[in-house]
Amino acid sequence: MASETTADAIVPAARDGRGIWGFTRPQLVALLVLAAMLVAGPYFLYPVFLMKLLCFALFACAFNLLIGYVGLLSFGHAAYFGMGGYIAGHVAKVWGFTPEVAVLAGAVVAGLQGWVFGWIAIRRAGIYFAMITLALAQMIYFFCVQAPFTGGEDGIQAIPRGSFLGSMGLSSDWSMYWFVAGIFMIGFLLIHRIIHSPYGQVLKAIRENEPRAISLGYRTEDYKLVAFILSATLAGVAGGTKALVFGIATLTDVHWAMSGEVVLMTLVGGLGTVFGPVVGAAVIVTMQNYLAEMGAWVTVIQGGIFVACVLAFRRGIVGEIANLLRVRL
Amino acid sequence: MMHRRTLLAAGTAAAVMPAPLSRARAQANTIKIGVLNDQSGNYSYIAGLNGVIMAQVAAQEFGNRGFNVEILSADHQNKPDVGANIARQWLDRDGVDMILDVPTSSIGLAVNGICREKNKAYINVGSATADLTGSQCSPNTAHWVYDTYMLAKSTGGAMVRAGGDSWFFITADYAFGHALERDTTTFVRAAGGRVMGGVRYPFPATTDFSSFIVQAQASRAKVIGLANAGQDTTNCIKQIAEFGLTRRGTKVAALLMFIADVHALGLDVAQGLVMTESFYWDMNDRTRTFTQRVRPRLNNGQVPNMVTAGNYSGTLHYLKAVADMGVAAAKASGVDVINRMKAMPTEDDAFGTGTIRPDGRRIIPSFLFEVKSPAESRAPWDYLKLLQTTPAEEAFRPLAEGGCSLVRS
Amino acid sequence: MDEIFGIPAPLLFGQLLLGLINGAFYAMLSLGLAVIFGLLNIINFTHGAQFMMGAFAAWMLLEWAGLGYWWALLLAPIIVGATGVITERLMIRRLYKLDHLYGLLLTFGIGLIIEGIFRNEFGSSGLPYRIPPQLQGSWDLGFMFLPIYRGWVVIFALFACLATWLVIEKTRLGAYLRAATENATLVQAFGVNVPRMITLTYGAGVGLAALAGVLAAPIYSVNPQMGSNLIIVVFAVVVIGGMGSILGSVLTGFGLGIVEGLTKVFWPEASATVIFVIMAIVLLARPAGLFGRG
Repeated sequence: MASETTADAIVPAARDGRGIWGFTRPQLVALLVLAAMLVAGPYFLYPVFLMKLLCFALFACAFNLLIGYVGLLSFGHAAYFGMGGYIAGHVAKVWGFTPEVAVLAGAVVAGLQGWVFGWIAIRRAGIYFAMITLALAQMIYFFCVQAPFTGGEDGIQAIPRGSFLGSMGLSSDWSMYWFVAGIFMIGFLLIHRIIHSPYGQVLKAIRENEPRAISLGYRTEDYKLVAFILSATLAGVAGGTKALVFGIATLTDVHWAMSGEVVLMTLVGGLGTVFGPVVGAAVIVTMQNYLAEMGAWVTVIQGGIFVACVLAFRRGIVGEIANLLRVRL
Repeated sequence: MMHRRTLLAAGTAAAVMPAPLSRARAQANTIKIGVLNDQSGNYSYIAGLNGVIMAQVAAQEFGNRGFNVEILSADHQNKPDVGANIARQWLDRDGVDMILDVPTSSIGLAVNGICREKNKAYINVGSATADLTGSQCSPNTAHWVYDTYMLAKSTGGAMVRAGGDSWFFITADYAFGHALERDTTTFVRAAGGRVMGGVRYPFPATTDFSSFIVQAQASRAKVIGLANAGQDTTNCIKQIAEFGLTRRGTKVAALLMFIADVHALGLDVAQGLVMTESFYWDMNDRTRTFTQRVRPRLNNGQVPNMVTAGNYSGTLHYLKAVADMGVAAAKASGVDVINRMKAMPTEDDAFGTGTIRPDGRRIIPSFLFEVKSPAESRAPWDYLKLLQTTPAEEAFRPLAEGGCSLVRS
Repeated sequence: MDEIFGIPAPLLFGQLLLGLINGAFYAMLSLGLAVIFGLLNIINFTHGAQFMMGAFAAWMLLEWAGLGYWWALLLAPIIVGATGVITERLMIRRLYKLDHLYGLLLTFGIGLIIEGIFRNEFGSSGLPYRIPPQLQGSWDLGFMFLPIYRGWVVIFALFACLATWLVIEKTRLGAYLRAATENATLVQAFGVNVPRMITLTYGAGVGLAALAGVLAAPIYSVNPQMGSNLIIVVFAVVVIGGMGSILGSVLTGFGLGIVEGLTKVFWPEASATVIFVIMAIVLLARPAGLFGRG
């Protein structure tokens, strides 16, 4: 069938450089800049806003793992993000788990969910894959509306931030910020490590030419499934962290509009770039916050950015910069 | 809209400037009220910008009694994290003293927690959840015009007394729908009515209700109770009219519906519908004068409704309390302001007199209305006729039953 | 036979009928998607917004031009189809050489823009639109009252689907279309203006969505978000059917409408999930879908 092309064209092919931890020199510079901004950020910007931004950045990185390195466009990633939030919120509030365990619990459940959904969805590729993930995520949305533990429309309210390892209280925005920044950094480096492992190389081979990877003896389905599970798990981490930051877990995070937003963030930043999703998340979250007065125009602007990116800036911000500087970022 | 632009500028400045600088707050003599509601999403037609305008009207009418009043506003886009972020930023950085309106129960409850944490005053007008004065009640919060319990009691109980003694429920299958159905069932039974059956449909995936309407018809119930909200309710009503149930004498009770919904449906579809509100512009001379006075200010030719009038009334009562206790004391503690508000009877043109209970519930009468037929309606927005009044002291959940921790028995 | 599984037989038949009517909407929408997909290889994410535009076009024609339902049935698909033609010319056309996913993202973005603009213009509360006087009232079927309008919807939808099928399978134009689906370059070499054909096909698919929107306007709430929930269900219908054939998408649409209708009687809480569950099962057993090829 003509539709079943793999997404080989969606991400520009990239060769692998060598360096510390698989980072090329420009990437290392960018990483240092990012780390410096993480440390300096809360002195200049509202910490709660920054924490929100970091959660979405991690979410977008997790999503990018799938689209950027396996070439699979999931249109239902809100299901893992939102479920991670609900689970983390529930165990932190009702069972009194410490925050790091709560986030972990959210991640595990999101990962299991990703296992089941991935198993169904990887049977198809391309646009079918997108539609299937969307439909499955919609099922999760219905489940979350009805399930008693999610609190329906009210969501889970007043989730305690608790104390890290049971000893360091996180109720102040500053200490919470370091907790979130830590999680983000771990997740970010982990994704980078995965991409540059031998496993990551096989993923890229599948993205470039799946039949050839099969003919070389790789069980591509297994590789894709594992990537899906990893992506879902990290999305769950992001969702769980966000739930702790705001103390709420609600339906917005499982809604399909959220799935669309994470696609937008990654697209704006640059599909298949390491730093793109972070930049994209920063742009979109800032826009939503400071254009809150624009009312429904926010939707229109978001749609406009989508259209502009697809038509004119398919490389995204970071992709364009990288292209200008002739480096990989 | 001037105030929104100032807000935008203020927000950006606060975000860009280093933390210590932005602590420099506005003059100590200005009370800041933040109206946080849905200005673009599914519920924007209920209050939205008109809700902001009504708060401004109240501030103007109150005048300058030794302090200035500034109204900020923002759109929470029906996203709890956006709403929570704005609320935190308002209280932490922009020196907002009271947050007003906040529809959508998920956000209403989230802001409830934030205001308590930061010890600021909170008047919720737009949310329906009775938890605000029940399990999640807070000394910083007053819940102003309605809640699910009050709707269920008025529509369920008064409807049976008006002859609608057998019910069939079409319920949105989530906590809000369940709560409405459960509460209404209690009152229907208590008044001697019967529930013939019901159906719970998946929310928000359902647009076609014909199957449930046929089931309702087969049950031969006299009243179809709609335990849902917004688009679902209007869809149900439209299709019930299509199936001709209302023509054949079945009553439809919409458990959560606003006059703006009636306006959207049109009288020929909505006629005969029964619903509960605590404010209607055409109730008496006082509300009519009030409406005449404020209506030119409102967008889209709207009349004030329960929520926008609630914003007016809430702002007014809050400012009275502030004037009474002094600006410095009011700024210092949200609990103190709410306590002062509880100590004074509420009094305004929209709702007449009322009181605020220890759990934060404002006590006012509720009214059961029937939607007029096109022939009965003599003027634009002449939509409702009064069927029953539930007196203030019976309209809301009894203080002891809410499970509010502020109530000492 | 008075009762089937504890439900009175007549009531059950009534529910089957209602399911069929609901299926008519699924069939028309998935048909439009299938037609567009066949030639453009794009999943048209704007379809829900275009369905909504059809309903709004009907309302505007009535309010602003005084043209009633019957005119709307004719004009709204043409107007909305024309906007589709413009969209294809200006934007979608640029993506044919790229991965199909970009088409999905682009149409998703366009959908957001359209929905946002309508929400700004008309608010979210919905607009009134009446059933035309000729179709008011209901038939007494003995076991239930069937509104005449619902009967009209199912008959009209069947007619529209059949007409589309005939055009594609039995006319010369349809032959070109099918040929271009297989090998566009070759058809172009024969002197057929393939780009124009693609444009018009997109317009026609969009027109079908708008037609469904006009049919929906009198019975569903006319508001900017009316299409967005529906479209995800229709996507699932498309995945189940497999888009291999025009007839397949129509049959799947009607079939799933009936399945959903029955679920509403026996287990209403699950009536939204049932289609997604079927989708998962079909994917496990037949990844290409019921009518899919390969």
